[in-house]
Amino acid sequence: MKNKVGRELPEQIYGLKQYRPYEGLFVDPPTPVRMAGRTLRVGRPGANKVLASLEEAIEATGLSDGMTISFHHHFRDGDFVNKLVMTAIAAKGLKDITIATSSLNDCHDFLIDYIEDGTVTAIETSGLRGKLGAYLTKNPGKLKRPVIVRSHGGRARAIESGEVKIDVAFMGVPTCDRFGNATGREGKSACGALGYAMLDSRFAEQVVLVTDNLIEGYVFPYSIPHTDVNYIVPVEAIGDPAGIASGILKITKNPIQLLLAEQAAKVIEYSGYFKPGFSIQLGGGGSALAVGRFIREKMVKQNIKGGFGVGGVTGVFSNLLEEGFFEICYDTQTFDTTAIKSLKENPRHVEMSSSFYANPWSAGPIINNLDVVILGATEVDLDFNVNVITNSNGLLMGASGGHSDIAAASKLSIIVMPLIRGRLPMVRDRVQNIVTPGESVDVVVTDRGIAVNPRRQDLVDNLRKSGLKLMTIEELQALAHRYIGKPKEIALSSDDKDIVAVVEYRDGTLIDVIRKPL
Amino acid sequence: MIEAAKARLRRTMMFVPGNSPKMINNAELYGADSLMFDVEDSIAVSQKDAARLMVKYALKALPFNCETVVRINHVTQTPFGIDDLNAILPSKPDLIRLPKTESVEEVRLVTKMIEEVEAREGFPAGSINIICAIESVRGLYEVRAIAKEPRVVAIALGGEDFIADLRTQRTERGIEFYHARSEILMAARDAGIQAIDTVYADVNNLEGFCREVTDIKDMGFDGKSVVHPTQVTAVHEIYTPTEKQIAHAVKVLACYKDAVENNKGVIAVDGKMIDGPIVVRAERIVAQAKAAGLLAEEGCEDEK
Repeated sequence: MKNKVGRELPEQIYGLKQYRPYEGLFVDPPTPVRMAGRTLRVGRPGANKVLASLEEAIEATGLSDGMTISFHHHFRDGDFVNKLVMTAIAAKGLKDITIATSSLNDCHDFLIDYIEDGTVTAIETSGLRGKLGAYLTKNPGKLKRPVIVRSHGGRARAIESGEVKIDVAFMGVPTCDRFGNATGREGKSACGALGYAMLDSRFAEQVVLVTDNLIEGYVFPYSIPHTDVNYIVPVEAIGDPAGIASGILKITKNPIQLLLAEQAAKVIEYSGYFKPGFSIQLGGGGSALAVGRFIREKMVKQNIKGGFGVGGVTGVFSNLLEEGFFEICYDTQTFDTTAIKSLKENPRHVEMSSSFYANPWSAGPIINNLDVVILGATEVDLDFNVNVITNSNGLLMGASGGHSDIAAASKLSIIVMPLIRGRLPMVRDRVQNIVTPGESVDVVVTDRGIAVNPRRQDLVDNLRKSGLKLMTIEELQALAHRYIGKPKEIALSSDDKDIVAVVEYRDGTLIDVIRKPL
Repeated sequence: MIEAAKARLRRTMMFVPGNSPKMINNAELYGADSLMFDVEDSIAVSQKDAARLMVKYALKALPFNCETVVRINHVTQTPFGIDDLNAILPSKPDLIRLPKTESVEEVRLVTKMIEEVEAREGFPAGSINIICAIESVRGLYEVRAIAKEPRVVAIALGGEDFIADLRTQRTERGIEFYHARSEILMAARDAGIQAIDTVYADVNNLEGFCREVTDIKDMGFDGKSVVHPTQVTAVHEIYTPTEKQIAHAVKVLACYKDAVENNKGVIAVDGKMIDGPIVVRAERIVAQAKAAGLLAEEGCEDEK
C-alpha cells in the first residue's frame, strides 16, 4: 500500500496489527472508538500498599510472561527505575515482556542483554538512541515484532483508546506518601512535571510506584492520585540527579546555533503571529533555547506580552513566565532545576498530562491552540517531510517526541537545522524516514537560507519584509550540493523481515517503516 | 580597482584560523565585511603548510561573497611568508595582510610578487591588494611611508604585539593604544586609505567590547578586527547610522546629484551649504545604511 506521503508500505508487517496507511493530518477513524479503561477493583480499608521489594511487587501484581509493562522518561539519562525493574523481572525468570515506554535514552543500553536472553521481546517507544538504537537497527528479528515508534500525543491516544494495554506501569516518582499520592516537584531526584506518568497511572491495569523519597506526611499537590496506585516500593535511588536535571540549561554559545536562533526569531517576528497574546513552544534544544532570548528582546522592544507557553519547559521559559512575558505555561516534562523550582512555586506554571498536551483524539489538546513552535530535524526533504528518528547512516538515534503532534496542531511550525552537517546536506530528495509529514511543516530555517512551504504563500508574503534570505527548498538543496556535492543514498534492505521499526503517525496510521541499512 | 578597494566597506574583518575546515566553511555566515584567513599567529609551526594549503584550496573552492583576506607569515622575518604568497596568491584573495610591518621594503617585496602573479594568472592589475598591520614601535615610526605604498589600501593596528613591545598590558580605558591609534589613523587618512582597529580578545565581555568599538568609531576608524562571530553584529550595530543621519545623507546626495546634472552652483540642504567633505560623509553613511539593510540598494534615488 502507498500512503499519502508516497511511501510504499507492506500490507502486513510481522507481529503487528493490520495498519491503515497515513491519510492526512486530521482524519476521523473509520469506525468510532471508545475510551478504554482498566478493570475496577475493590480497595480494602487499611490495606498497606508499601512493599519491601520490586520482586514482591512483581508477585503482587501477578506480572507474568507475555505481559506489557510501562515506564516514563522523566528522569531522562539519569533513570535507574527501568534497570531496577528489569533486573527484578529477569531474576524472576519472566520472559516475553513488552516494554511500552514514553521514551528510551542512552542509559537504557543494558536492555540489549534482556533482549538477547528473551526477557524483552517487544518495544514501543517515542525514542531510541545509543547502543540500543544501533543494535535494534542492525538486528531485525531480535524482537518478535518491529519497534513501534509513537509521538507523545500518539502514545496518549493509543493508551486511551486501548491500542496499548499496559498490564503494569512501573512509575518512578521523586516523592510519594504511603497512600500513593506522588509528585515530581520534591525529593533528591526531583524531575518536575510527571506528564507522561500521569497518563500511564490513569490507564494501566495496575500501577507500582517506585520512589526514593517515601514520606511520612502527605503529598500535595499531587500529580498521581493514590486512587490510581496499587503498590509502592521504596528503593535507594530512582535516578542520578545530575542526569535528571542540572542547573539551568544554558543558552548555547555555538555561533551557528545562535545564528539559527536569531533567524528563527526573525521569522516569528515577521510571520504575522507575533502579536499580543501569542503562544509558543520552544523545546529544550540548543537553538530553541536561544530563540527564547531573541524573542524576549523583540517582546521588550515592541511591548508585546504573550499568552501561553507549552513544553518541555526549561528555565529559559520559566524565567520569561516569571518576568511576566507570558501569562501561563503548560508543562509535561521539566528540563532543569530552574524550571522545577518554577513549577513548585509559580501558580502560573501548570503541570499537564501528555494527553492534555497532544492527544489528537480528544476534544482538543492544548497544542491545538498553539501559534508558534520551534522544532529540530535530522533531515528534511523537498516535500518538507521531516526525519527526527534516524541519522544519515539510517541508525535509530532520535525521538519522535511531540514533533509531529505540534507541527500538525500549531499555526506556524518552524524547523531549525544547519544546512550542512559534517559533509552531508540536510535537505534530501526524500528523507530516510518520515516522522512529520511536510503538509504540517511551514518553514525550514537553516544557516544559509530559509525555505517556506509553498502552500503557505501568506507566510512568504509576510516574510518578504523581514530581509531574511528566502529561497525555495530546491534552491536550498542546490546550495548545499554546491558546497559538498550530492551524497550517495544509503542502501536499505527491501526484505520485509528487515523492518526494524514502524513509525506511527499520531492518529495511529502508518506513516513509514524503518528498514535495516545494508 | 585599487581605488575601489580603498573605499570598500570594512566595518568588521573577522579572523578565521586557516587550519579549521569547519570554521572556514561557516565563516561567511556571520556577515563580516571581510574574512581574514590566518596562517600566521593562530597556526602552530608544525601546521603552517597544512593551513597554507587549506586556505589556498578554500579560496578556490568556496564561493565567498565577502572580501577575502589572508594573513600570511612575515616575509623576511620567518621562513614561511614567501611560501605562503606563492601558494595563496594564485587563489586570488582580495587582500594580503602583512603582519608586523616595519618597512617599506617588505611591502614592495610583496607588491612585486602580487604584480607578477596578476600578470601570470591574467588577473586584472589591482585584483590583489595589501593591508599592513602595525604591531611594533618600529613599524609605527614607518607607518606614514608604508601607508603611501600604492597597493596598500588599509592599515591595521596589531594591538597584542604592540603592547608587548611597549612593555605594558591591555587596560579597560585603552590608554596604551592612545598614540598608536592616533598615529595610524592620521597616516591612513594622509594616504587616503582606511584604518582598522585591533582585536578585542575577551569575547565574553560584550559590554567592554562595545565601549571600545564606540570609541574607535568616534576616533574615525573604518572598522575593527574581530575574533568571534558575536562581535560582528555588535560592531555593525554601532556602525549603523541613525535614521536621522540616513535621511539627511540621502537628501544631501540627491541635491548633489541634481546640482551636478543641472550645473547648479552652490547648493544647500536644510539651509546649510553642501561641499565636498559633506558629500563624502553622506556617501559613507548611505553605504553603512545599505550594509545594515536599512536602505535598499537603489533606495537613495527613490527617496526625497
